[in-house]
Amino acid sequence: MDPILFIVFLPLLAAIIAGLGNRALGNLAAKSVTTGALFIGCLLSWPIFLGFLAGHGEAHVVPVLNWVQSGSLRFDWALRVDTLTAVMLVVVTSVSALVHLYSWGYMAEDPDQPRFFAYLSLFTFAMLMLVTADNLVQMFFGWEGVGLASYLLIGFWFKKPSASAAAIKAFVVNRVGDLGFMLGIFGTFLVFNTVSIPEILVRAPAMAGSTIHFLGMEWSTMTILCVLLFIGAMGKSAQLGLHTWLPDAMEGPTPVSALIHAATMVTAGVFMVCRLSPMFAVSPAAMAFVTVVGACTLFFAATIGTTQWDIKRVIAYSTCSQLGYMFVAAGVGAPGAAMFHLFTHAFFKALLFLGAGSVIHAMHHEQDMRFYGGLRKQIPFTFWAMMAGTLAITGVGIVDVFGFAGFYSKDSILEAAYASASESGRFGFWMGIIAALLTSFYSWRLIFLTFYGKPRWAGSEHIQHAVHDDHHGHATHGHDHHDDGTAGYHPHESPLNMLIPLALLSFGAVFAGFIFHHAFISEGAGEFWKGSIAFAEQLIHHMHGVPGWVKWAPFTVMAIGFVTAYQFYIRSPETPARVAAQLGGLYRFVYNKWYFDELYDWIFVRPAFWLGEKFWKWGDIGLIDRFGPNGAAWMVSQGSRVAHRFQTGYLYSYALVMLLGLTAAISWVMVH
Amino acid sequence: MAGFPILSLMLAVPLLGALVCLLADARTARLIALGATLIDFALGVMLWCNFDVGGAQWQFTENVPLFAGFSWKLGTDGIALLLIELSVFLMPVCIGASWKSIDKRVGEYMAAFLLMETLMIGVFTAQDLFLFYIFFEAGLIPMYLIIGIWGGADRIYASYKFFLYTLLGSVLMLIAMLWMANEAGTTDIPTLMAYDFPAGAQKWLWLAFFASFAVKMPMWPFHTWLPDAHVQAPTAGSVILAGVLLKMGGYGFIRFSLPMFPEASAYFAPLIFVLSMIAVVVTSLIALVQHDMKKLIAYSSVAHMAIVTVGLFAFNVQGLEGSMIVMLSHGLVSGALFLSVGIIYDRLHTREIDRYGGLAINMPKYALFFMLFTMASVGLPATSGFVGEFLALTGIYQLSSWVALVCGTGIILGAAYMLYLYRRVIFGDQKNADAAAMPDLDLREMLMVVPIALAVLWMGIYPESFLAPMRKDIATLDARLSHARPQGDAQLTIGKPAAAATHETPAHEGAH
Repeated sequence: MDPILFIVFLPLLAAIIAGLGNRALGNLAAKSVTTGALFIGCLLSWPIFLGFLAGHGEAHVVPVLNWVQSGSLRFDWALRVDTLTAVMLVVVTSVSALVHLYSWGYMAEDPDQPRFFAYLSLFTFAMLMLVTADNLVQMFFGWEGVGLASYLLIGFWFKKPSASAAAIKAFVVNRVGDLGFMLGIFGTFLVFNTVSIPEILVRAPAMAGSTIHFLGMEWSTMTILCVLLFIGAMGKSAQLGLHTWLPDAMEGPTPVSALIHAATMVTAGVFMVCRLSPMFAVSPAAMAFVTVVGACTLFFAATIGTTQWDIKRVIAYSTCSQLGYMFVAAGVGAPGAAMFHLFTHAFFKALLFLGAGSVIHAMHHEQDMRFYGGLRKQIPFTFWAMMAGTLAITGVGIVDVFGFAGFYSKDSILEAAYASASESGRFGFWMGIIAALLTSFYSWRLIFLTFYGKPRWAGSEHIQHAVHDDHHGHATHGHDHHDDGTAGYHPHESPLNMLIPLALLSFGAVFAGFIFHHAFISEGAGEFWKGSIAFAEQLIHHMHGVPGWVKWAPFTVMAIGFVTAYQFYIRSPETPARVAAQLGGLYRFVYNKWYFDELYDWIFVRPAFWLGEKFWKWGDIGLIDRFGPNGAAWMVSQGSRVAHRFQTGYLYSYALVMLLGLTAAISWVMVH
Repeated sequence: MAGFPILSLMLAVPLLGALVCLLADARTARLIALGATLIDFALGVMLWCNFDVGGAQWQFTENVPLFAGFSWKLGTDGIALLLIELSVFLMPVCIGASWKSIDKRVGEYMAAFLLMETLMIGVFTAQDLFLFYIFFEAGLIPMYLIIGIWGGADRIYASYKFFLYTLLGSVLMLIAMLWMANEAGTTDIPTLMAYDFPAGAQKWLWLAFFASFAVKMPMWPFHTWLPDAHVQAPTAGSVILAGVLLKMGGYGFIRFSLPMFPEASAYFAPLIFVLSMIAVVVTSLIALVQHDMKKLIAYSSVAHMAIVTVGLFAFNVQGLEGSMIVMLSHGLVSGALFLSVGIIYDRLHTREIDRYGGLAINMPKYALFFMLFTMASVGLPATSGFVGEFLALTGIYQLSSWVALVCGTGIILGAAYMLYLYRRVIFGDQKNADAAAMPDLDLREMLMVVPIALAVLWMGIYPESFLAPMRKDIATLDARLSHARPQGDAQLTIGKPAAAATHETPAHEGAH
């Protein structure tokens, strides 16, 4: 049997065992089964990836089961393995296995562990179905499956109203994108008479220049198809307009944020655009659209990231912003660079989230960075892991010598954007440069607020609860007075099963770029990708020919961001408040996340409930019932004396009408 | 099986059971009803196993001339077969759902249910126009009784509304049938399905049938009887109403309106589309603001049935097959959802959503199944809901992107109202002590929900079992409709491939 079958279906099996076994099965068994399945999957995935890296991997499809055949529309359950899939396989299984392991420690005190691990494995299964899809509908299955798992995990602590609300929001906002995706599939089927991805990609170039009507307007065929599919990607990958669910999704346990809302699920949109890159390449307009959306998102999310206090929200907006970078790369025709950033980002962003989880774990679920400070001495291992992640995301490195992971991938995106020489590419480049500065600023701001300065957690309610409970437990003498900002609380480093994943991911964050950049984005990368994405060799030539300042610009803005953060949060900590006051309205606009939630509440949520109420009370009851059945009854009662008999004996009247009718029918038949 | 009157037997078993139930005491009546429905289910399985997929269009045919050209003519094709299976599958579940909750006039209640089963199977097997009419109209009488006698506080108003809507439709349909028999000189349904009625007459006939089917479906704005009927009906009544009776409208369209009046169907397709689009948006929004669980699910049924109607009038294979799968899926899923509501109603005696909350804590098994059925209702892939919805919308997209878009909003709104319901009932804290004390599913309830859950997954993962029997019949219907098929709005024109992206930028050059 092909190993891919085990990689994909073991997590499903584990999820079913842990989910149905639940408490009867027990914590340990549930954790072992799910984590074991993922480590096996991970061990089986790396050889596949390394095989493709070494050049002897063969793209192949493993059929599983027939699914649907309706007229000429046919799609089956099948697992496709090629270079693109292999990259995703190692990302998904590695991060998932580490997150499973990490959760042993992080969720140790949760009463519902089997359910949690079952959801995690279920998610992994759906994600693997997505990345191995050979047709658009199976991709949609994975798409919705990860959406379901995300919904369940965001709402994992279902007693919290904010968690259930965030879960619904994530699902429903994603569904808006899904509608676009579905319409894209319908349109693709209409045009190509198939939903098989390889067939579509082969035939897409022939559709250049063709037109089609959609909603009564004439469009370039490939443009409208790609834009519709991309709307799906915007939902899943939290791009501007459909991003509002991602920050709220932080209500889920932190390991979930690392796995789903940083490393894997949110990159599904990028994966989709890369998988379909030969199709997108046919439509310059769609490519420009992808670039502009990505560019706007990366800028917008980065601005918000600079102002948030919740450690997880900062990283969430950072994720949103990094996804924007990936779309810029895909949009300017460099899907290799997009996938490379996806790959490195998975390691360093999972690392940052798990590191944040370790901080939160140490701080009794306090997530507000205003109540952190000076933690580097208390939790040194977590500090160094977070440093590795920060060096990677900010893209520290020296050209041609060594760089952390993000240095290679982000810089290659910016170079590709510049080299593409299109209007949208230029826009993406400049937005990317500005956002790189902001990225550096908010990343270092996070580090400085959390790990440097003096402890500030005396004011935290979570910590006060912890200290209070502790004092009760030990029945010590009254309340101590601590003037050092700690309130007598001393954070502890996380257990080993949380630190091992941090160590392994740190390794990835430090070295993934250096090791793999040649395979992913060099001029010879075409041999690695083997046609699984649209590989534009010419663009890579242009990337190498960009002016020197383009190569150095990211490093420069990164340094400026670092210095500014240092100035703001170490040298003179009173500066941020002063700057915020000076900026006034602009600061509030950014701090309140550009008021997207308020806007959507006013134009979608409230009207939906208002309309529902009115359609019901005015439409159904006030209009249809009043002039329909009730009106009929009124007329009958007015118009005849037999109203009473009618209303009580209607059943008999009905039977009578039916009988009379039948008598008429039969007598007619007899007469003939 | 040749020559064995299995269809007549399937009609006779519940009928006989009904007669015995009338005379029996409560305990015996329950057992007899369960036995009769299980026998019918077994017969249904036999029927399916012996159905020759891809064989003759009409199978298991029986024909006994009665008098003056009026005959006892039964038979089934793949389309009817699936709906028969749905009926016999849901009936034992309905008996199980009524096991404890019905305690007055049990014998009569069971008799009404068994009679209804006979009449439902009759509708799907009748091959004579007037035989169909008898089953179609009489099938509603037991339903009136079930709502009117065993229903809730407002049962009289609900059954009155049900009656009034149905009456008008059935009178018009009967007149149309008389005219058709006169014109074609036969009452044989298979013959009529191939008969070409004059185009002018088709429109009137179509409208007369529409009046009846649109009410049964129900289509907006003829739907207001449904929420009331559901709210007042006992659990099993709701299950069978949503599960099978609503499918009679769709079956009517696919058996009569489309094959008999293809030109009129094409002519009136825009009317169907407009009503369906309104239904999807309006009833979904109404479902969003409901406080009564049954009303919410009833309104969601209207929205789902609208997907059926657009799929049917898409005039292509995907639309027709998709609509059939939506009907089967909705039969299972809405049946299961009403059952789920009934399960907690039996414990707390209220349908008020706010009286529940936090059930995931004390009823984890229930929470799991409710989640599955919610997801199936929302149309998550790998559940039955997705396959049908996806195919139906694929079908309609080929005709009109506008209709596909507006009906597609159902997947967003559907997710909103179902998850909002789930959140209020299952998630959150246990704010009501009595709701928090409710026990989880017992064995009887597990026996009811597990088979439905498995069927939902089966239909979602391997729908071929359900697509195969009807494939040939749908192809026949599609061929019959082909000359009337309206032009799609896509107007795809192939341009000059040479003018590709090549002249744009260096980036795109390399991409080819």
